[in-house]
Amino acid sequence: MADPMRIRATEKDGVVDVRVLMKHDMETGQRKDAAGASIPAWFISTLEAKVGDKIVYAAQLGPAVSKDPYLQFKLKGSAKKGDTIAVTWVDNKNETRTDKTEIK
Amino acid sequence: MNVQRRRLLQMSAIVGLMASAGLMTQAEAAAWNKAAFEAKSVDDVAKLLGGATPTKSDAITLRAPDIAENGAVVPVGVETNLKATELAILVEKNPNALAAMFVIPAGAEAFASTRVKMGQTSNVFALAKVDGKWLMASKEVKVTLGGCGG
Repeated sequence: MADPMRIRATEKDGVVDVRVLMKHDMETGQRKDAAGASIPAWFISTLEAKVGDKIVYAAQLGPAVSKDPYLQFKLKGSAKKGDTIAVTWVDNKNETRTDKTEIK
Repeated sequence: MNVQRRRLLQMSAIVGLMASAGLMTQAEAAAWNKAAFEAKSVDDVAKLLGGATPTKSDAITLRAPDIAENGAVVPVGVETNLKATELAILVEKNPNALAAMFVIPAGAEAFASTRVKMGQTSNVFALAKVDGKWLMASKEVKVTLGGCGG
């Protein structure tokens, strides 16, 4: 099981600012280990943020995104203070993790 | 054993390995735009994400440092006041240009901020899809230490 994400969502003047810090190695597939063998790529490929069952933001990441990916996005209209926002990522090994937080 | 047969065996071993590592699963291929992430050039990425060659626009804001001391962690942000439905961040000289793309449904602002790896000094592109057309902004980011050495 992958490590939890850190999510912070705060509302100000009708705009919800969401910051997500995921815990993931984001291996590119370009690197080699000490023996010279390629380390296979392993990275978060898709990410979805939901409020209720509605997708409010989505992203597709490539291996060029830094280790322990950070993502910030802003919602205006699709979420408000007190709502619960759920962020789900899926990596290229089909491992997945969902974390939730209340918008403050 | 002849050389050709040897090669074929090697190839199938690699493909098998990729499949077992989950690199080629069907479910993923549908959701994740594999072709776009494997494209080498900025124009190819725009095409594969469904659109023509991007045009430069002042309405797109790209946030990136002038100099990145550590290529493994380069903060990059893209933002526009236009009604964009998709955003993308590209690094021209990375092995694959596309770093990340974002889908902006109604109710979300056309904004994304993240951190990417850069192998070397390169132009960074921010793309935004407005009315089905790609608009872009670019900036050169100098990298003093590459992000791929490990």
